[in-house]
Amino acid sequence: MKISGAQAIIQCFKQEKVEVVFGYPGGAVLTLYDALYEANFPHILPRHEQGAVHAADGYARATGKVGVCIATSGPGATNLITGIATAYMDSIPLVAITGQVTVPLIGRDSFQEADITGITTPITKHNYLIKDINDLPRVFKEAFYIASTGRPGPVLIDIAKDVFAATIDFKYPTHVNLRGYKPIGEGDDQAIAYVYQELLQAEKPLFFIGGGINLSDTSTILRKIVSHTGIPVVSSLMGLGCIPYDDPRNFGMIGMHGTYAGNMATTETDLLIGLGVRFDDRVTSLVDDFAPKAKIVHFDIDPAEINKNVRAQIGVIGDLKWSLAKFYEMVRKRPADEWEKQVAPWREKLLSWKLARPLTYKSDSKKIMPQEIIETISNYTQGQAVIVTDVGQHQMWTAQYYHFQRPRTLLTSGGLGTMGYGLPAAIGAQVGLPDRQVICLSGDGGFMMNCQELMTVADLNLPIKIFIINNQCLGMVAQWQRKFYGGRYAHSCLKTKADFVKMAEAIGVAACRLESKTDMPHIINEVLKKDGPFLVDIRIPEEEDVLPMVPSGAPLDQMIMGG
Amino acid sequence: MKYTLAVLVENKPGVLTHISSLISRRAFIIESLTAGYTEETDMTRITMVVEAGDEYELQQVVNQLSKLIDVIKIIDLTGQDRIHRELALIKVKATPADRAEIVNIVEIFRAHIVDVNKETMIIELTGEESKIDAMCELLKDYGIKEIVRTGRVAISRAPISAKEM
Ligand SMILES: Cc1ncc(C[n+]2csc(CCOP(=O)(O)OP(=O)(O)O)c2C)c(N)n1
Repeated sequence: MKISGAQAIIQCFKQEKVEVVFGYPGGAVLTLYDALYEANFPHILPRHEQGAVHAADGYARATGKVGVCIATSGPGATNLITGIATAYMDSIPLVAITGQVTVPLIGRDSFQEADITGITTPITKHNYLIKDINDLPRVFKEAFYIASTGRPGPVLIDIAKDVFAATIDFKYPTHVNLRGYKPIGEGDDQAIAYVYQELLQAEKPLFFIGGGINLSDTSTILRKIVSHTGIPVVSSLMGLGCIPYDDPRNFGMIGMHGTYAGNMATTETDLLIGLGVRFDDRVTSLVDDFAPKAKIVHFDIDPAEINKNVRAQIGVIGDLKWSLAKFYEMVRKRPADEWEKQVAPWREKLLSWKLARPLTYKSDSKKIMPQEIIETISNYTQGQAVIVTDVGQHQMWTAQYYHFQRPRTLLTSGGLGTMGYGLPAAIGAQVGLPDRQVICLSGDGGFMMNCQELMTVADLNLPIKIFIINNQCLGMVAQWQRKFYGGRYAHSCLKTKADFVKMAEAIGVAACRLESKTDMPHIINEVLKKDGPFLVDIRIPEEEDVLPMVPSGAPLDQMIMGG
Repeated sequence: MKYTLAVLVENKPGVLTHISSLISRRAFIIESLTAGYTEETDMTRITMVVEAGDEYELQQVVNQLSKLIDVIKIIDLTGQDRIHRELALIKVKATPADRAEIVNIVEIFRAHIVDVNKETMIIELTGEESKIDAMCELLKDYGIKEIVRTGRVAISRAPISAKEM
């Protein structure tokens, strides 16, 4: 039986076990929307296409499934760009579907025409333009396959409007046939054996974990390796949660706002074992001075990551599911007490750094300190909540002070650093995990960048708790201006007549302002227990810095300390 | 150092966009790039001359290009026993007085004259880049109006095809 292209897409969704799509209609996708309507397919309507793509991204990060979003041609498609780039930088599996003008109109600057495949080529893993309905089933099969396998990433499918209406004898391919795409699952066992040999020689081995552990769902096997060997662990922003915060072998985040112990360990280690990391400049600072005394070993699924930013003595290319399982088999054969003998002195050294220079801040008898807010939320949620942030100081305080216990619980734009990510990504996470506590931590700047999504939260009655860590300025920008621009606050002040509480209430989200320090713990506790959505506007001092801080260009052991 | 890569890609729309976009985004230095049909209808072959500081830089180029879904295979022909050629069309001023000398040069280089008119000649020359450079150098004296060069194409002398390597 023949069905329309639009109906065929619904069939593709079903074949790919898509549970929900995030989208915004318009001329070029009307036929598709009609099919969604007819099929009563679960669909979330954000209030901006950027909201749709970040929501699909949040859904994907929280659940591990492919996020799907839809936008119309032209402005609808271009509104997706920031979200696609955000997902690309953090390797998040997305399928973004955009409508395109009809085939005869392509290339003529037609109404609402934008070359979205051209525009998104550098920020997608792959993209397609479908002009012939006969390509549709194959393209969808390939797109979901490419997005979710190997190093995941966003794939865009641009579909000419007439394809939605054309008809096809629908048959979904059972497998893909891509000569140029063979994701590496199992790599070279020998490379892991070399790593093991190096490890036996090392006196100061250090695991450096990143987003790859989250993406490959290998936190369990990693924990086994760490608990058997006792080797200390440091993490990038994206790896937080893969090892419990309070694990005695965990020394937290490294990099520009990393812990003292973590950054010192990175400077002193003689064997740095990178697991699913990409040695971003926010972590390495000056790349030539990064881990200066170490041999570097790099486990990654993407061969292009090996030797991209830092030179690795050994690269272990393959899925971490395979490589870490193999690695565990090797380390397990050696008794735990022998490992302990080898690494305990080094771990003690890290512990002494940690005790000497822990993360600290000056508390104030009257003012609510941002770090205290994060600690309080962390306490009441026992580090179990799904935390979604925007970008800036509050993001770094969250990374430093929330006691993450589980993988896939910190959803944050690490690579692109996208302000405005938080609220829509929290929507996606809550839709994907309806029974989990989802908390959005925003700055007063970033929150405004997608605040229209409060309507989505209100109308769907999503029980997201939103905390605006309100310093009445673009905090991270102001911090740099304070430190490096003589305190000249060029356009970073956000003192405003606007009232977040009234705004939330007008939209239909209950809200309160929190200014009193004594009220802080119990109000936060009350809010976390509420059934529906809730927004809290918390006033914090304007001039608090995120510390420690490695000034850009300095080596990691040169930190400006806090407290 | 210059490296010569043979890049086998799917013969599909958008492939060259993906490749050129990647090259510019990653700030790779490409000296020349030529593309054309191959012995297989669904495959295009690109010969790329890449300028890279060292093996690591070259490896990045190869690894990043390999990630493109439509790139089937990349073969580094640099160290291999290979043949490489470029074709140039050169339009040179040729007054009746100079013609005989130009014809002489053309013969020495085993080039061809493919068009002549009152003022100019078009010369076709195939060879390695250095040979083309040398001939252009000589022709300069007569006044070169226009040069078109294809960029390098390369093939290994091994008894197997690149896709089997
Ligand atoms: C879309 C976007 N624009 C600009 C920036 C640059 N930027 C980084 S942090 C920051 C300040 C964020 O201020 P706010 O949201 O109030 O958070 P705070 O730093 O105060 O916690 C800015 C402007 C960015 N990361 N993203």
